Amino acid sequence: MTTGTAATRVLGVLAIITTAWVVVSAFFLTPADVVQGDSVRIMYAHVPTAWIAYLAFVTTAVASGFSLVRKHRTLGFDRVAGASAEVGVLFMAMTLITGSLWGRITWGTFWQWDPRLTTTLFLFVTYVGYLAIRRVDVDPVRRARRSSVIALLAVLEIPLVHFSVVLWRSLHQEASVLNTDGDVRLDGLMLFTLFSGVVAFTLMFVWLVMHRQRLTALSDLERVVGLDAAISARRAEGVSGIHAT
Amino acid sequence: MASDTAKAGSDAAILLSGVVVALGGFPALAGVDLAVRSGELVALRGANGTGKSTLLRLCAGLTPLTRGSARVLGVDVATQRDTVRSLVGLLGHDNGLYSDLTARENVQFVAHLVGAGTSDVDAALDRLGVDARVAATRAGALSAGQRRRTALASLVVRRAQLWLLDEPHAGLDSAARSELDGILREATRSGATVVYTTHESDALGATVPRTITLTSGVVARDVMEHSR
Amino acid sequence: MNTVLAIARKDLTIEWRTRTLLARVVPFALLVLVLFAVALDSEPLILRAAAGLVWLAMLFATMLLVQRSFDLETADSALDALLGFVSSSSKVFFGKALSLFVQLFSLAVVLVCAAVVLYGARVEGGGVVLLVTVLLTATVGLALVGTLYGVVVANMNGRDSLLPLLALPVLAPLLIGATRATEAAFGSDTIDVSNGWAWAALLAVYAVVFGSAGAAAFAPLAQGDS
Repeated sequence: MTTGTAATRVLGVLAIITTAWVVVSAFFLTPADVVQGDSVRIMYAHVPTAWIAYLAFVTTAVASGFSLVRKHRTLGFDRVAGASAEVGVLFMAMTLITGSLWGRITWGTFWQWDPRLTTTLFLFVTYVGYLAIRRVDVDPVRRARRSSVIALLAVLEIPLVHFSVVLWRSLHQEASVLNTDGDVRLDGLMLFTLFSGVVAFTLMFVWLVMHRQRLTALSDLERVVGLDAAISARRAEGVSGIHAT
Repeated sequence: MASDTAKAGSDAAILLSGVVVALGGFPALAGVDLAVRSGELVALRGANGTGKSTLLRLCAGLTPLTRGSARVLGVDVATQRDTVRSLVGLLGHDNGLYSDLTARENVQFVAHLVGAGTSDVDAALDRLGVDARVAATRAGALSAGQRRRTALASLVVRRAQLWLLDEPHAGLDSAARSELDGILREATRSGATVVYTTHESDALGATVPRTITLTSGVVARDVMEHSR
Repeated sequence: MNTVLAIARKDLTIEWRTRTLLARVVPFALLVLVLFAVALDSEPLILRAAAGLVWLAMLFATMLLVQRSFDLETADSALDALLGFVSSSSKVFFGKALSLFVQLFSLAVVLVCAAVVLYGARVEGGGVVLLVTVLLTATVGLALVGTLYGVVVANMNGRDSLLPLLALPVLAPLLIGATRATEAAFGSDTIDVSNGWAWAALLAVYAVVFGSAGAAAFAPLAQGDS
């Protein structure tokens, strides 16, 4: 059995081509930034991963909402939610790593307690917790209900975290946050490369989520098939038991 | 008699068809078909691991249905488990007692939540033979039999429409067993339906109107009293 | 309402008999405050961190009290029966949250007194009213979020480590808000009392949000935890 289809194969090839273009352009074609030098090239990976991470969590939230509200295809939506969260956590880890590498070169520190960074970190930990809960339930129905509720609670949590962190930083004048992020003059090719990066990573995201959710579907199916065999075995046992009595 | 047939048609207390319950991939129930009319007293027999407890937990809305259809007191177990829970009184392997409250406080807590009065608590404790000294003891310090009686008293106070009891006789002496049989009979006379499990090796005390035997997650025998 | 009170009273009666809070959680939280002071090893630094340390200790204590609160329910499967008795499971949510609130509020009072004694924190004038408001709103939030995630992990294997992983990120805004507002009440020079009131308002919003979310989410989370 395979998790691939014609659609995922086309997507996969497109993802490889666009990624290859981004790599070539980011390293060799685009110029270094006047202020930041070569470190600006991290941006071509950092910005798209951050975009994908947030896209992934929005997908998880929407899919969880559907899974909870709709009567049919509940499990399908839940599988998409779980797959998307897994990929999202991966991309968010990459965002945090590439971001702190860039910060080390540009700001001189790996970490700044800036609202955006802090919110991202809390979002990351929240979805690590969500994935931990998903691993607890083996029964797909129970897993779907419980994890959907947790995902929706996370949607409540994130704005509160963000708002309180913004308020927290703005009240502390002494640690004025460095305003060097994003102040890069982008020429046409740089902008196009950044945009290509977003497209490449989005294709990769869709490809990964499609495969991952089919993998979950297959392992759920395997349980069902295994159950059929187990039911027949147990019934056979039961029938022989009846004859014995 | 006419009312009896009407009952069987309109309000079956339990109606299971092709019920499969999988626990971690293992089919504890492997296709059970069963109908219990309201007001019946049913004993569920079988050896260990034949699915008796799972059947009770399913009917109590505590274990999800994997396949088939199940209606309890006219409510669909697959979709309305919360409603099922509120209509059914289950006494499982655990007694559901708070070990740091006294026996009496435990029953009183239940009574308070279901809107029963202090006199109901006294009556229930009295019927189950929980004397004043035992009633004033922390549930955690009671013997297994005394805890069982306390849990049964909570069930009496609840006045559930369907009683599901998992080995209620276990840990009781013979006097208490026949007292319990009396209580179950009276519950059915006042309109409740009672299904209880009993281990295969246990002799059935007083005659039970209907005995269902489970083997390997399926119904193996279903015997009415008059046909025995 | 009656049901909510009955459930809270049941939990508090058990707490009064077993004295878990008094005998274990209060000493633990005080120990955390002492250990922080030892680790920081600088009086001005300790005074500046006082509010944050009090609320960190509160968060840790909340984890312990929530575990305890749900261990009571699951030890003999009482929660299964309880959800059957009550007309709506949100009453169980509010009942358990109410008893947690009472316990957490008493603990918070003890810890603030400890901060005054150990860290030299000072509360005077308008700070007193602000401090009481913060203690109330923040412990309500702690109790609600604790109860909500407590039922998620009740009956689960490895719940001791899952509860902090799930609940602490959600409690982050509460930690920030309660710390800033308490700092203001302690008369810190980095934040004034009027800003403290803004934080207290945020804490109130937080409590309302998670109170309503908890009431809605408790039923799907609590059912089928077998």
